[in-house]
Amino acid sequence: MDLDFTAAEDAFRAEARAWLTAHVPAVPLPSLETAEGFAAHREWERTLFADRWSVVSWPEEYGGRSAPILRWLIFEEEYYAAGAPGRVSQNGINLLAPTLFEHGTDEQRARVLPSMASGEVIWAQAWSEPESGSDLASLRSTAVRTDGGWLLSGQKTWSSRAAFADRAFGLFRSDPETGRPHQGLTYLMFPLDAAGVTVRPIGRLDGKPAFAELFLDEVFVPDEDVIGAPGQGWRVAMSTAGNERGLTLRSPGRFTAAAERLTGLWRDGADPSDTALRDRVADAVVAARAYRLFTYANASRIAAGESIGAESSLNKVFWSELDIALHETALDVLGPYGELSDEATEAPAHGSWAEGHTFSLAGPIYAGTNEIQRDIIAERLLGLPKGRR
Amino acid sequence: MRFLLDDEQREFARSLDAMLTASDTPGAVRAWAAGDTTPGRALWSRLAEAGVFALAVPEPYDGLGPLPVELAVAFTELGRHAVPGPLVETVAAAALLDRLGDQDAAAAWLPRIAAGKAVVSLCVPAVGSPYALDPDATDAVLVVAGDTLLLTEESGPVQPSADPARRLARPLGGTVLARGPEVAAAAAHAADVAALVTAAQALGLGRALLDRTVAYVKQRTQFGVAIGSFQAVKHRLADTLIALEFAQPLLHSAALALTGPDGPSAGREIAAAKVAAGDAAYAAARAALQLHGAVGYTDELDLSLWIRKARPLREAWGTPAACRARVLTP
Repeated sequence: MDLDFTAAEDAFRAEARAWLTAHVPAVPLPSLETAEGFAAHREWERTLFADRWSVVSWPEEYGGRSAPILRWLIFEEEYYAAGAPGRVSQNGINLLAPTLFEHGTDEQRARVLPSMASGEVIWAQAWSEPESGSDLASLRSTAVRTDGGWLLSGQKTWSSRAAFADRAFGLFRSDPETGRPHQGLTYLMFPLDAAGVTVRPIGRLDGKPAFAELFLDEVFVPDEDVIGAPGQGWRVAMSTAGNERGLTLRSPGRFTAAAERLTGLWRDGADPSDTALRDRVADAVVAARAYRLFTYANASRIAAGESIGAESSLNKVFWSELDIALHETALDVLGPYGELSDEATEAPAHGSWAEGHTFSLAGPIYAGTNEIQRDIIAERLLGLPKGRR
Repeated sequence: MRFLLDDEQREFARSLDAMLTASDTPGAVRAWAAGDTTPGRALWSRLAEAGVFALAVPEPYDGLGPLPVELAVAFTELGRHAVPGPLVETVAAAALLDRLGDQDAAAAWLPRIAAGKAVVSLCVPAVGSPYALDPDATDAVLVVAGDTLLLTEESGPVQPSADPARRLARPLGGTVLARGPEVAAAAAHAADVAALVTAAQALGLGRALLDRTVAYVKQRTQFGVAIGSFQAVKHRLADTLIALEFAQPLLHSAALALTGPDGPSAGREIAAAKVAAGDAAYAAARAALQLHGAVGYTDELDLSLWIRKARPLREAWGTPAACRARVLTP
């Protein structure tokens, strides 16, 4: 058992660090949840891609470096430590790409992945519907067979960044006759500027138009944009759901960097006699460290040929609660400066924690609510009986 | 990097688990609490044969160690089975004598500790409790007072603990074994080892509490169904598992840190493991009691032997507050 990096891994870390030092914008980009910020972040994706840093774990033919998972974790640690911009491509990279690697065709991968890696095409997800949140399998939007493809109709909602994105992916009911909610669903990709698509931005809790609802009226999608077999959409989507909950959506680097910033904030300005606050800072530091080490253990399992299944639900609950704790503690350290948004000219030198705090509150909701995750943990890891939801 | 136990370490854990499962540890715990240490000492000998104490003793003194990762593995199993006695204190005393470099003291005690022939308690009031654990059941009590190491053979009256299997008493008098700054350094190292293996014990204790409670809620029915099908029950147990799962890598990382040089970094790792494992085990005890309901509140159920240990282990060899302060020490 060891936690040692090889000389090659250390060199990779140094290379990433040097590149980030040279390229991370000195002035933070405007919020990616605004039109101006979205464009700036898309440009940043292009910069990352130009030097093969946007998708280090992907094969080289699609713009990656074929990096093993440990190097991806190293890159992420350096990325967040450098204070680099948020990833506007994350929905595509974290959710659609793993599905294409597992279930897509060579043609689909060649067509979709390079433009995703470069930021040329930004993807939004189209899972939820007004009546289908946690109970996703109850979704009612339809895909109806037509000549050479499918016609999509219905409504999708709470689609992150769909107000500015180029394309979307999601599940549609293609066979309403099965009588079983998980059956007769098909996984499709579609353009957001196609005839029949109406995108209505929704202000998020922070007021930014980061959400959108999608109204679909007989939107044509060619057969080549179906992922996996028609009717098998649930299996296709769920095979990579763990990616969103676990390893790839929230790498530890994000939280270890935030814990470092919080510790600095606390050392610089907190009342040292306030031991209650000190204990919460310590707990956040411990939890961030635990998440990093837990992820290293998982990466070691994957390297040894094991797969991570329901265990990803442990990650999801843990990181989402950790994220809130980190931000709540930071706001308490900041006192009256805590509420200053990223747009305030007097926002704290350590960066705005207010926006991060608001966003952290969404963590226990998206990617499968923590209540659903706890059901999965209890049933699939502890073997407890299914009950009424 | 391969941050996983290897096959040999896993097999060691399995064999200890099997041996302890076959050993009626609840009977030994109850006897220990009643002042009869015979079954506990018999168990101690079997643990010595399995190599547990040798892990803390270096090879020149008939040991195999120091092997902190294996110690963490072993003590997780000792906690899982709620084994009584000054296990932590004996391996911490071995670490102290090993680090002290006093060859006479090392030769006098370390081979006997490795062989399971010496049960030793250790009292370092500066970092822990003014009481020694189980001094009336030991062959010696080592006491660190400032820069002085004392060997005592007498102690005050037993102060009953909230965990009846923990017998506390103040050490009395004693003869000086060593004096000087090297004593303080060796004691600090011993306290780190004690914190590590206490964290391991707590983690194992929590695992056992969770396993027993999962089994119970699957078979206990109310309102015509297993109570384990209720979401409130499921979610509480899910949270219990999450806390234990995320404490474990902290424990292993702290053990690895103890194989390297002493320093603030290793200290922070050990403190993080101790606070996380202690809190996780106590939360597991709370969940176990709540989900067993009134039957969990009886001491006739062996579950009580585990529940009562959780809080003392959380405090021993590094209170949560002390650990949290240490985590933030630059």
